[in-house]
Amino acid sequence: MTDGSGLGAPVGIDTPSPRSPRLLAGRGRYTDDVAAARVAHAAYLRSPYAHARIVSIETSEARKAPGVVLVATGADIARHCRSWCGTHDLFPALVAAAQPALAVDRACWHGEPVVAVVAETRAEAEDAVELIVVEWEELPAVTDAETALSGPAIHEDLGGNIGFETTVEAGDVEKAFAAAHLIVEERFRFGRHTGVSLEPRTILADYNPAEDSLLVHQSHQTPHQQQDLFSRLLGIPEHKVRVVCPDVGGAFGLKHHLHGDEIAVCALSRMLGRPVKFVADRLESFLTDIHCRDHEITARMALTAEGDITAMAVEDLFLIGPYSQYPRSSVAEGNQIARLCGAPYRHKDYRAHLLMLYQNKNLIGHIRSVGHPLAAAVTDGLLDRAAGKLGRDPVELRRRNYLADDDFPLTSPGGIEFEKLSFHACLDRILEMMDRPALLAEQARLREEGVYRGIGLATFVELTAIGPEYYGGGGQHISAQEGCLVRLEPSGMVRCMTGVTDQGQGIDAGIQQVVASVLGVPTEDVRVESGDSEMSPYGGGSWGSRGAVLGGETALRAARTLRGNVLELAAALLQCDASALDLRDRNIIDAQSGQARMTLGELAATGHFKPYSFPKDLQPALAVVEHYASRDRLFLAGNGIQASYLEVDPETGFVDLLGHWVVHDAGRLLNPLLVKEQVRGGVVQGIGGVLFEECLYSPEGQMQNGTFADYLVPMAAEMPDIEVDHIETPTATSELGTKGAGEAGTAGAMGAVLNAINDALMPFDARIYETPCTPDRILRALGKIA
Amino acid sequence: MEDALDIELTVNGARVARRVPVRRNLVDFLRQDLGLTGSHVGCEHGACGACTVVVDGAVVRGCLMFAVQADGAMVETIEGASESGRLKPLQDAFHARAALQCGFCTPGMLLTAAALLAREAAPDRETIREALSGNFCRCTGYQAIVDAIETVANKDGGND
Repeated sequence: MTDGSGLGAPVGIDTPSPRSPRLLAGRGRYTDDVAAARVAHAAYLRSPYAHARIVSIETSEARKAPGVVLVATGADIARHCRSWCGTHDLFPALVAAAQPALAVDRACWHGEPVVAVVAETRAEAEDAVELIVVEWEELPAVTDAETALSGPAIHEDLGGNIGFETTVEAGDVEKAFAAAHLIVEERFRFGRHTGVSLEPRTILADYNPAEDSLLVHQSHQTPHQQQDLFSRLLGIPEHKVRVVCPDVGGAFGLKHHLHGDEIAVCALSRMLGRPVKFVADRLESFLTDIHCRDHEITARMALTAEGDITAMAVEDLFLIGPYSQYPRSSVAEGNQIARLCGAPYRHKDYRAHLLMLYQNKNLIGHIRSVGHPLAAAVTDGLLDRAAGKLGRDPVELRRRNYLADDDFPLTSPGGIEFEKLSFHACLDRILEMMDRPALLAEQARLREEGVYRGIGLATFVELTAIGPEYYGGGGQHISAQEGCLVRLEPSGMVRCMTGVTDQGQGIDAGIQQVVASVLGVPTEDVRVESGDSEMSPYGGGSWGSRGAVLGGETALRAARTLRGNVLELAAALLQCDASALDLRDRNIIDAQSGQARMTLGELAATGHFKPYSFPKDLQPALAVVEHYASRDRLFLAGNGIQASYLEVDPETGFVDLLGHWVVHDAGRLLNPLLVKEQVRGGVVQGIGGVLFEECLYSPEGQMQNGTFADYLVPMAAEMPDIEVDHIETPTATSELGTKGAGEAGTAGAMGAVLNAINDALMPFDARIYETPCTPDRILRALGKIA
Repeated sequence: MEDALDIELTVNGARVARRVPVRRNLVDFLRQDLGLTGSHVGCEHGACGACTVVVDGAVVRGCLMFAVQADGAMVETIEGASESGRLKPLQDAFHARAALQCGFCTPGMLLTAAALLAREAAPDRETIREALSGNFCRCTGYQAIVDAIETVANKDGGND
């Protein structure tokens, strides 16, 4: 590319992640691998009850135990760490109680940290935890929606357990339903599950009392957010707090929250004046890593005799645990469901009512694809039901109702701005890929033989790359602006530091490609570093499918500024106009002839070591920082469709996944290889949610399945191969034109599999709308067990 | 019983002698006592495969074995297997195919895949998926891992 737009190769080329070689050699550096002299280890006593008053805590035996250096209760930690409150100013009706790092006086969920023990080894700390005696007075636990609405308030001063209630409304829903030829209604139940990163939450905090500074290594997605939180909640000046997120072993959203047992480690280090480490074990992970979902959604769809969708009405009961998570609040999953149901389809009359309730279970927050999979499953679940009742082909019914290319731009009935979505193109492409006529023929033939296969489709809309108005307006200190530094080294090699972070998505590679493209160097000449709140330009980290959209655009701007500087300096040396020069293959070339005039390294070395070679008024600036924030948009909407082909065994209730297809529109793709792998991984995470994964609680609020033996996750043998393709509808809101990609796989997988199961069950006139679709639930739907 | 015992073993070809607490498992010993942090701890009950190491030629879970049980054994970790060059074709294929994201499961995946290819030169995709069924990966969805192993098998099939 020579026109200076910087958008040619290697942008758009399959490029492996630059992190891979060290990870493949066993030389990754995750937080638990970071060495610190005199490090001590924390372990927690956690609440065995869903809701209980702490009558007394006896720690004298624990304090005397071998290796123990500190025992701290919730009250001790509270003297060093302020509590927080998960409100959001864009949702002023949201009420939330203040949450302490460790329980003080009362525990509100099974697993809540209560007492911290710090010892020379983790084993000694765990031994001492066993010696602590807590006298508990069990309190009534609120665990389901009914009790939340009728039972006692978990937090008395909130006056009840309703955290938030809202109605999103457009048009005249009652009138539309009254005039409908057909109304379909179903009650969906989406079980709560969690992120299950293979590397557990891990933090190493090192407070230095000599300068009142705090160095934290943490397995996290958002170093600058953590810097702000640790500074404000612990009362340490912000420029003395440094948060480093080294290699992160999976995050999926669960690692962009504040967890009490993590910030408490910073307080413990401050109390001791030595480094303290905490690694959640797997049981602690299941009990306390942020959970997601837990929605009961009753939804109706109105249609005309011709099959036109005229209206949708949605009631969402959303249970979020005892506190609204911090700093983002827990409202988004409910809000996004309320705004995205029916989104792909042309209809004017819409109402969604959201009731967000507190309960005595672990907190609900934001995990990969917040609300999108549920909105897609509800909408296309109802559409398939309507197709069945009308005797219409579900594909034809989708095509009839999709928003068409010339409908855009528009504001959806849910109040979301859609710039341009590509429903028809995605549908056309996926039908080609899956060869639907062949699948239908096979399905029909096998049904004759008593084999029940199903084909399911789910269209999804996702809200990516949140703009600054959402959290800025919400009062949260969460940066939606990105920063990027690009520095030319004397040899002509390039360093880049970005505010977005890489937990395996491969955004490092995407940024490397953008910078390499603009500067005319091979990708291997660009080293990307991130995840350091002190060294990286300020930014938001990676979550909400924002890395390529915001980090990529910022890198483009920074690289282009550096390119301008380089060409201006070269023009001075070569005594020509900068516009006559270009960068290609590590050279500064004559733009017309393509002839090399000097190497980038020669220019860089001259700039760094012989600046007197340039005119006196020309200062070589070979490191530049640029920033970028989107304006005037809350979200960047993307879309796609997924299809699932599977077999249900009506005798056992087992589901065998036979094929899965995805067509996704993420605008311009920086790196198709890595985007496709993001999508595949997301699909499998979505399949986990629809078939296997559920945090099971007893009626008393005890989590029942906190091990990998009990909480099932997708493993290699059960997963299908997944075909992925992309439609590219670039956004005009940025120059790169990318939309988010990291959550798309999860957004449509649940609905596609759910619809395929229901298609397979059609001959039995059985239906299931409860996830995960475990064998026993499928047998119950078939009426085979009670 | 004593709280700690003296053990001697060979790790990645080097003799190692240490006194270790009897309750310390092998993966904690490798990570904490020897600084070999390439083996990871994911679940501590043998379900996830992140701590996979090779003991006397067999692929084992480093969290299900006490360090004292490795007394006299030959232990190979990802670091040793990588430096010996025996994983190079798999590492190259994983890299090119983007068969890893966060990398936390990757050492276990590589050692498990190498063991599969050592006992079966040209496994089909189903066999590969079965062989990986004790290794949890949350990032990739497994397909790229299966592809990468299949590529190496097709290239080296029958020559191992």
